[in-house]
Amino acid sequence: MENLIGLLVLAPLLGAGVLLCGGRRLDRSGPWLGTLLAAVSFALGVVLFADMLGKGGEERALDVTVFQWVPVGGFRADVGFHLDQLSMTFVLLITGVGSLIHLYSVGYMAHDERKRRFFGYLNLFLAAMLLLVLADNYLLLYVGWEGVGLASYLLIGFWQHKPSAATAAKKAFLVNRVGDMGLSIAIMLLFTTFGTFAFDPVLTRATDAGEGKLTAVALMLLLAACGKSAQVPLQSWLGDAMEGPTPVSALIHAATMVTAGVYLITRSGAVFDAAPDAQTAVVTVGAVTLLFGAIVGCAKDDIKKALAGSTMSQIGYMILAAGLGPIGYVFAIMHLVTHGFFKAGLFLGAGSVMHGMNDEVDMRRYGGLRTYMPVTFVTFGLGYLAIIGFPGLSGFFSKDKIIEAAFAKGGTEGWILGGAALLGAAITAYYMTRVMLLTFFGEKRWQPDAEGEMPHPHESPRTMTVPMIVLAFGSVFAGGLFSINDTFLKWLEPVTGHEEGHSPVSALTVTAATMVVLVIGVAIAWAQYGRRPVPVTAPRGSLLTRAARRDLLQDDFNHVVLVRGGEHLTRSLVYVDHSLVDGVVNGTAASVGGLSGRMRKLQNGYARSYAVSMFGGAAVLIAATLLMRAV
Amino acid sequence: MSHAASVHSLWTMSADAPQKIPAPHIEYAQLSPTLIVLGAAVLGILVEAFLPRRTRHPVQLLLTCVALAAAFAAVVALAAGGYGTGKAHAAAMGAVAVDGPALFLQGTILLVSLVAVFTFAERRLDPAAHGRPVDSFAAQGAAVPGGRAEQDAVRAGFTTTEVFPLLLFAVGGMLVFPAADDLLTLFVALEVFSLPLYVLCALARRKRLLSQESAVKYFLLGAFSSAFLLFGVALLYGYAGTVTYSGIADVVNGNVRMLDPALAATTGNDALLLIGGALVLMGLLFKVGAVPFHMWTPDVYQGAPTPVTGFMAAATKVAGFGALLRLLYVVLPGLRWDWRPVMWGVAIVTMLVGAIVAVTQTDVKRLLAYSSIAHAGFILAGVVATSPDGVSSVLFYLGAYSFVTLGAFSVVTLVRDAGGEATHLSKWAGLGRRSPLTAATFAVFLLAFAGIPLTSGFAGKFAVFKAAAQGGAGPLVIVGVVSSAIAAFFYVRVIVLMFFSEPKEDGPTVAVPSPLTSSAIAIGVAVTLALGVAPQYFLDLAGRAGVFVR
Repeated sequence: MENLIGLLVLAPLLGAGVLLCGGRRLDRSGPWLGTLLAAVSFALGVVLFADMLGKGGEERALDVTVFQWVPVGGFRADVGFHLDQLSMTFVLLITGVGSLIHLYSVGYMAHDERKRRFFGYLNLFLAAMLLLVLADNYLLLYVGWEGVGLASYLLIGFWQHKPSAATAAKKAFLVNRVGDMGLSIAIMLLFTTFGTFAFDPVLTRATDAGEGKLTAVALMLLLAACGKSAQVPLQSWLGDAMEGPTPVSALIHAATMVTAGVYLITRSGAVFDAAPDAQTAVVTVGAVTLLFGAIVGCAKDDIKKALAGSTMSQIGYMILAAGLGPIGYVFAIMHLVTHGFFKAGLFLGAGSVMHGMNDEVDMRRYGGLRTYMPVTFVTFGLGYLAIIGFPGLSGFFSKDKIIEAAFAKGGTEGWILGGAALLGAAITAYYMTRVMLLTFFGEKRWQPDAEGEMPHPHESPRTMTVPMIVLAFGSVFAGGLFSINDTFLKWLEPVTGHEEGHSPVSALTVTAATMVVLVIGVAIAWAQYGRRPVPVTAPRGSLLTRAARRDLLQDDFNHVVLVRGGEHLTRSLVYVDHSLVDGVVNGTAASVGGLSGRMRKLQNGYARSYAVSMFGGAAVLIAATLLMRAV
Repeated sequence: MSHAASVHSLWTMSADAPQKIPAPHIEYAQLSPTLIVLGAAVLGILVEAFLPRRTRHPVQLLLTCVALAAAFAAVVALAAGGYGTGKAHAAAMGAVAVDGPALFLQGTILLVSLVAVFTFAERRLDPAAHGRPVDSFAAQGAAVPGGRAEQDAVRAGFTTTEVFPLLLFAVGGMLVFPAADDLLTLFVALEVFSLPLYVLCALARRKRLLSQESAVKYFLLGAFSSAFLLFGVALLYGYAGTVTYSGIADVVNGNVRMLDPALAATTGNDALLLIGGALVLMGLLFKVGAVPFHMWTPDVYQGAPTPVTGFMAAATKVAGFGALLRLLYVVLPGLRWDWRPVMWGVAIVTMLVGAIVAVTQTDVKRLLAYSSIAHAGFILAGVVATSPDGVSSVLFYLGAYSFVTLGAFSVVTLVRDAGGEATHLSKWAGLGRRSPLTAATFAVFLLAFAGIPLTSGFAGKFAVFKAAAQGGAGPLVIVGVVSSAIAAFFYVRVIVLMFFSEPKEDGPTVAVPSPLTSSAIAIGVAVTLALGVAPQYFLDLAGRAGVFVR
């Protein structure tokens, strides 16, 4: 069984190697090869899952050390895997949703010349993400972490002929570097504190270290999580990342990259539990981001960017839950999984719509598509109901639990967090209803594309609809399955631990309140977009709307504070380098050269002056020796 | 009493007098390396006298190689027999030491000389004169440059095969030099190896005037420095009443064994000791090319035939530093506080002057000469460490450095134009494009000079600086590192010149050498890389050899 874990990572890695090095011979078979290897990885995951189910709760974790990676003196790092219920959940989500996205891409990218490369990158992404969640130490996790960063860079910028895509890829990479810096500092701190990178001693002995040190580590880990999971203040890359092909958006948003931060915090739970100040920072980040993303989502007319705002917001829920400690870990992961289903479904649906509408992304130019694309409509609709938390569907169960847990935090903090989560739910209902109405209902507002051709919406091919249908099933049933008998709670509890919170309000009250805000959100959206005709060009809008369209001025903020500041800093450093450092270097070189030229003249070729030099030297030698004695 | 007996008693009457001279006891086996080399040199003279011209070259080559190899085998046998460690002692009535450092240095000198012989014997580089292959040496040393006799000699296809016995004599002297255990032996050895070198320097085939000028300068200045050394010996004798190292050391340490009544007035006079010691030191510093006794080096290195330069630069340095080490560690350890600061100064000035003046050199051979001065400074840093580590690091450095130097000068012999070797740096521009292998080889040697890791230069420098730092000579190490940085500039500049400049239109060509020079260069590269990649074995070897006998 242990050996299968290595194969799990190896299969997509092999795929990436073969596809990227294989050359044109694989142009036709490549996509299917990549999909097959993703599916193999999923199958291995299922086998391991079945095996795990056969064991008792505490004995389910598997550990395997593949080889000693860096044995240098007291410094030791191994390539080793740790498969427990937490990583198992991620493995199934990553490989399952990942395989479906591969399948979908076969149809979506059918006409792209560079699709072999695309599938190579997709496989690389899977391999890196699997390495991230399976590593049994922070250093190996960091390898996966960076691998995900690399693969996302390659995929977001896949259409590199578009300058906007190239810029977006660069932006994603740079913003992620900031987070990566946090992770590397956290790892260094862990090593200096514990003398090892392995999860086992670090997390079981976490409390041995002082709280101050743990707070520092936890804050650095939070910074890392903010980068990968697009949380405030490192959220700016996510919207631009929509420049990548739609399957990439689905992969980044649903199954892989953005969940890495949640995984990191949950995995390092022991560190956060011992650092309450850091936990406060985590819940603050989560609450701010869930509102931030939701507000941005309301104002976007680009269907993918609206969904991107939604992703940011939903991940904010997860981070919030993870920051609550043992009350919330399980629900963070549960929401992560259900979100994986419905958000992947929504993105694939959006891709399907774009596919039928000549790659148009402006929702104001859609309308009335439900009859033209019935399968897309139904699956997208189910995803929509799931995300707004319609009773009985996946999102209802998972989001409700997080809101409850937020209240259960207790005190003023609990009320603030719970209130923010409720408000977020209302806004979610609003902006998702808006997306739904603009796209599938109302009158046709189709416009000719750049070549003057009117779109002819049609249902997408089978390779694209099948994954959407499968994901729709997940969106509908996953939450219910997890919640009946607290199945998911029992499954994950041995790893993350769990505490019941003491909520000042009853669970029923919370559910009722959620329902009320849901209805309010939907109603406002209906009033604005369902009853009245929608203008094809966006109205100017209020100040908030305009700010939200510009992602709440995040780029402007970054530009003024970071870019300008950075430019000034580099300019002054360049100045110092030119005038001072170069001056010293060049001056030294010049003076050595000058000295050399002058000393060279002593070498005049006359044996007599050489003899004088020797004579003088001997005199100095004797004098110095005698002087030494005299002193 | 028979008649014969009475004659005998008459004959030996004076021997019965109180001053009976005992027959010296000579351990021939333990001196065999030197004896083999000197014997072969004498044989070589006989070869010159009795064999026809045409056969002399191969016979001399064979004789020299066999002699050097046999001598090396004798050194190895002695070392294996424990003479480097447990059985180390002063042989030949205390005149010659047989101990670890001596054997290590003798082995190094013999190996270096063996490789140098290959470059001496090279006959394919110069275009054949009148159908006969010629080497780097003058057709007839005695012929006036440009005169009629020279033309005749060239036309007749003469070659100076005497260089081989000359080299053997020099090697013989060099073998004794670091092993000399009394001051007179030291002086004799110095002269034995210096005189053949003066002659060898004058024997270049091309640019003979330059060659002869260099030889005369070397001879004059060498004689000058010998005079200083001899004067120092006399003063030391006046101080101690003996010329043996151990005897002087005893007096320095305060236990006078026998007081010569004739010297009662001067024995133990510290002024004599200090002045005499400084003068002897000066003589040795001259040989190793330390500042301010270095002025001969660039001129002689440039003028001498390049194979001779390579041999001299490598082997002389080994022998000279060997003698210096022995003098400082055996004779003058009691005076450490007097000579250390002075040697500090010499080391610092040597490193800096060598590195700085090299920056503006335009001739490859002169550049390498100044580089050798800077390296002498680096080695001096190890010498003043006054610790066993210092000795072993110097031994290692000498072994490493000598092969790099020899290899570098061998490459210089290959780059030629119509006037012989093209040593002006401007002509080396773009060499890497025309002859990548030659240029890359030279680059390896330059990087080793610069002390880049994975070459022997780095291991050597590291060992020397480490010993110096542990010996409390931190400032010396700092100056050493700064000088290395300056030196790296001109080494790398040559590499840049070779690989990143446009080749000149009328640039030199790289001659295709015979296997002799090729193997000399190959051995140089191999040793450079081997000592750089896996220095530990040789460091250990040098470490085991690091104890002087007293």
